[in-house]
Amino acid sequence: MKRVISGNKAVAYGVMLSRVQVISAYPITPQTTIVEELSRFCAEGKMEAKFIKVESEHSAMASIIASSVTGSRSFTATSSHGLAFMHEMLHWAAGARLPIVLVNVNRAMGPGWNIWTDQADSLSQRDTGWIQLYCEDNQEVLDTIIQAFRIAETVNLPVMVVLDAFFLSHTSEVVEIPHQEEVDGFLPRFEPQLRLNPDDPRAYYGMISPNYYMEFRYKMQRTMEETVEVARSVDEKFGHHFGRTHGLIEPYLCEDADVVMVTSGTVTSTSRVVIEQLREDGLKVGLLKMKMFRPFPMKEIKGVLKGVEKVGVIDRNISFGHGGIFAQEIRSTFCNEDQRPMVFGFVMGLGGRDVTPEAVEEAIRYTLDNPSPKEEVIWIDLKR
Amino acid sequence: MKKIHIPKEEYMVPGNLACAGCGSPIGLRFALKALGEKTVIVIPASCMSIIVGGFPYSAVGVPILHVAFATAACSASGIRASLDMQGDRETTVVAWAGDGGTFDIGIQALSGAAERNDDFIYICSDNEAYMNTGIQRSSATPYLAWTTTTPVGNPKERPKKDIMAIMADHGIPYAATACVAYPEDFIRKLKKAKGIKGTRFIHLLSPCPAGWRIASDEVIRVARLAVETKVFSLYEIQDGEAYTINYQPKGIPVEEYLNTQGRFRHLTGEEMAIIQENVDHQWSRLLKRCEG
Repeated sequence: MKRVISGNKAVAYGVMLSRVQVISAYPITPQTTIVEELSRFCAEGKMEAKFIKVESEHSAMASIIASSVTGSRSFTATSSHGLAFMHEMLHWAAGARLPIVLVNVNRAMGPGWNIWTDQADSLSQRDTGWIQLYCEDNQEVLDTIIQAFRIAETVNLPVMVVLDAFFLSHTSEVVEIPHQEEVDGFLPRFEPQLRLNPDDPRAYYGMISPNYYMEFRYKMQRTMEETVEVARSVDEKFGHHFGRTHGLIEPYLCEDADVVMVTSGTVTSTSRVVIEQLREDGLKVGLLKMKMFRPFPMKEIKGVLKGVEKVGVIDRNISFGHGGIFAQEIRSTFCNEDQRPMVFGFVMGLGGRDVTPEAVEEAIRYTLDNPSPKEEVIWIDLKR
Repeated sequence: MKKIHIPKEEYMVPGNLACAGCGSPIGLRFALKALGEKTVIVIPASCMSIIVGGFPYSAVGVPILHVAFATAACSASGIRASLDMQGDRETTVVAWAGDGGTFDIGIQALSGAAERNDDFIYICSDNEAYMNTGIQRSSATPYLAWTTTTPVGNPKERPKKDIMAIMADHGIPYAATACVAYPEDFIRKLKKAKGIKGTRFIHLLSPCPAGWRIASDEVIRVARLAVETKVFSLYEIQDGEAYTINYQPKGIPVEEYLNTQGRFRHLTGEEMAIIQENVDHQWSRLLKRCEG
């Protein structure tokens, strides 16, 4: 069934179709319409789930950690300060190896208060052990929620599905909503090997000495490494069921490109249009969309960017004192390679400032025109 | 106090890691006797996180979920929701937190769960300071008690937070105090709580030999003195309104309780007189609430 829906509605449909059993959430702009929609689905009996209306995001994540370990498919959604408030519990969910799915609507961090899109919130959670998937459009949002549960339940690590504030969360697009039976055929019931159960008494997550702790972390890293292939295969299977795939990364017009721009989120759509226009003008420019940020699909990225002379990375985020985070990750991917691209790090669109086609073109032309970046961090559309 | 039958089943097995004389494992042992095997326990950061044993061992015969410090209540909410979704209405969910995890860092989650009237039993095992980290004051620490962060010369000048009044004013169906020196009373209250649906709160006084500066064989005697001097009263509250005193204390002078403990050694006669006044005032307030 095709419907015109916002990104947040696409989230809610994805959650309903995934037959989530426990939801726990706290409202925050611009995530709010997700929890409103899910409350309505529960109230109307469209979803058979318990919805815990908690008093904070910290409790939201804590309560679904508990519901997940007790054997129910569990979900929450948040944004910005809400995600930051969950930080402790994000570490806990990953360390507990629970297949939780969280939607984060990318929003800037205060102060001052800013409700618009910016990747600082989710990228600040980079090292918590969560798989992170960034979406470009509302169809991808819905499909990624369903895929996320399958990935999470295969690898026993939580998945964060990320979408841009307003550009996706509150913008309506045509979305194909799959039938429940189709989703049931793709995503089986959640059957964990272990669950908190009085008939099988075990202690979960107790004190762990230096004798054991490191091995648990080693296993998390190994699983993260394997997750690249798991996610690829889940996407492929999704394609067999639904006729659509989204890839972990998506190269576009990269084969003969002198310059490839690396993007994530909705900036990708804008960049695609700009690159198509520049191609018409004869400029050899390509695009690499990053959907998967954790695990960072280094092999796949090398496959696309090896041999490319110059790479421009558009970051809607900044790690103060270093630079854009995607740019750092791309640089580190190539640092041990003999053949490596010159990486140009562009920071733009912070706090919801529009990333216009002109801004993207400026970044592309800068990359084309300069043999190397004149600054470590190149700020675009900045009032100095 | 009426004698009741104490179940013979043991769910606390030998080998727990409590300090000698600690009141907490005594409390958990009786709680599990009262609640039986269809119980799951949530333990936030507290002495109990250590007492029940580290990976890969457990000194308890029911499932335990160790959780982050501030999350005892909301974790219990999550387990309950999940068990409900699986059709398990039989299992009792218990949160077992310390005074720090209840009066301080966990009070937001506890208040949220109590307001929603989520269905679990919350037991606050109160030893009146952060004992697991080495005796730092909490908001459950009594007026003028010594701790490492309220050393003599820089005393705690505020009274212990009235957690029972706070919980009762959420209108939860059942709240009760208990003391490790009165197991029959504690077991009766747990059995009563088990039969009620909604948030049930039990405030259990549990002396800490290391933190109270008492000998490890003095715990029960000191706990009993807390009740007999009216420093800690045994009562229950139904639906946030109906108060009942469960034990009529002898009303021994509070000095006899304070003198048993090193943490009060520095008190002057004048200060002890103030504490006596406070205790008398607290008792008369409780009596008024019982009259409704």
